[in-house]
Amino acid sequence: MELITFKIILVVTLFAVSLGVAAYSTWGERKVAAILQDRIGPNRAGPFGLLQPLADGGKLFFKEGFVPQGADRFLFYIGPALTMFISLITGAVIPWGKSLNIGGNSFDIQVANIDVGVLYLIAMVSIGVYGMMIGGWASNNKYSLIGAIRASSQMISYELAMGLSLLSIILMAGSLDLHFITSSQGAGKIWGFIPADGMNWNIFYQPLAFIIFFVAAMAETNRAPFDLPECESELVNGYMTEYSSMNFGQYMFGEYVNMFISNALIATLFFGGFNYPGINWVSENWGENIAGTLSIFAMLAKVVFGILVFMWIRWTIPRFRYDQLMHLGWKTLIPLALVNLIITAAVIVFFAH
Amino acid sequence: MKLTNRSKVVSNKEMTFMEKLYLPEIFKGMAITLKHAIAGPKGKVYSYPEVQKPRTKIWRGLHVLKRDEEGRERCTACGLCAVTCPAEAITMTGAERTKDEQHLYREEKYASVYEINMLRCIFCGLCEEACPKSAIYLTDRLVDVETNRGSFIYGKDKLVEKINERIDITERQSELQKKSVK
Repeated sequence: MELITFKIILVVTLFAVSLGVAAYSTWGERKVAAILQDRIGPNRAGPFGLLQPLADGGKLFFKEGFVPQGADRFLFYIGPALTMFISLITGAVIPWGKSLNIGGNSFDIQVANIDVGVLYLIAMVSIGVYGMMIGGWASNNKYSLIGAIRASSQMISYELAMGLSLLSIILMAGSLDLHFITSSQGAGKIWGFIPADGMNWNIFYQPLAFIIFFVAAMAETNRAPFDLPECESELVNGYMTEYSSMNFGQYMFGEYVNMFISNALIATLFFGGFNYPGINWVSENWGENIAGTLSIFAMLAKVVFGILVFMWIRWTIPRFRYDQLMHLGWKTLIPLALVNLIITAAVIVFFAH
Repeated sequence: MKLTNRSKVVSNKEMTFMEKLYLPEIFKGMAITLKHAIAGPKGKVYSYPEVQKPRTKIWRGLHVLKRDEEGRERCTACGLCAVTCPAEAITMTGAERTKDEQHLYREEKYASVYEINMLRCIFCGLCEEACPKSAIYLTDRLVDVETNRGSFIYGKDKLVEKINERIDITERQSELQKKSVK
């Protein structure tokens, strides 16, 4: 099989999986919320309400697509599309599995193995702010604009902490390449002396960076307790006030795709990505293809678990106040991330060399 | 003066270090929600259209105009229920019974028209208490859903119990009422 054929198949699969996971996240969100709150949740559309995402999607498509008077129509349509596009495109650099051997050729299960994967991700996440900002600006509604500014200032303040906590991981791996960062977590012993095949995960070395990254990722994806962009109590409904039908649907969908991708990133950076206990033993004894397939399932299991934790937190904790949010971002997380970075650098300088 | 013993004194004391850390408190909260998730919704939730939530016997729902043991209507149209009704939901017109109606009405006077406006009624149960003839009671049934306001004015056709489907209200009768009713 040609490399390009494999990549095209991978792209299409990834696209379908992202959308499918996002669609069923909406169902899962409601189900998880119900279970945590002693309720039953969606159970009318199909068994266990499994057709609910289809019904929701159908409803969104058939609603009237409303554009407010005096709005910039082009930008109004571009805003949600941009959010959706950016959240889908970030999945390209994440290694979803180890490798598969088809017809004698070994293929990495990653769409684009670029050397600066981490930088690419950070850049794309920053562009995601434009989706919100354009949406708020093009709505020709001052409350939407204020909501968009709130949302984007929140995202910018948490991106700093996110980037700083990422730096310590990059220092440890010595590379910006996501595939390399993942592979480095599959070899070696935990803390240099506990032998565990494929378990040498970054979480054991960087718990503080993990907490900072996790909180920042939650704020980036606008999940509770950081769902202030969806400010229905203060500013009608934030930057998406004027959006209806599938334009709104794209914003909502983009958020869920974002959640999927951020959890994939968290799994890649801190939980060994596609590595699972015994991966090296499996690939030596059972062959490359079985190890590769299992690695894909390991990755997806980690991502789904992460999504469930996100939902669990959302339905447990009440929302932050806006000044508390800013306080946490600027005065707590960024200094903590800096301290963590300095300690990591010092340890690497004094002990690793 | 203390009205209940449930009141709490508000304090502005500083948070402890563990509380300021915030994360342990989050984990406590998550443990609580996890406990609820594991316990499940059994016994706390009713799938409404299929399963109705059980109501107590003394639930104050739809009214009933009782008949006596010989099947005669008890109401004597004295109007005490209408007088005591705080929402002024009850209206009635009295009439005198004739010789051949003696098997229908217990007293010499009866209500030819008896109407309760269910949109006004607040289901307080004062009519039940005011009635000297033990004729009106609230039951554990619910008022039906209607699509127009006129249908909510319930006349005798809906209020008087059917002769073959007597409604048991002994649970909500006081001892005094049980004794006084012959």
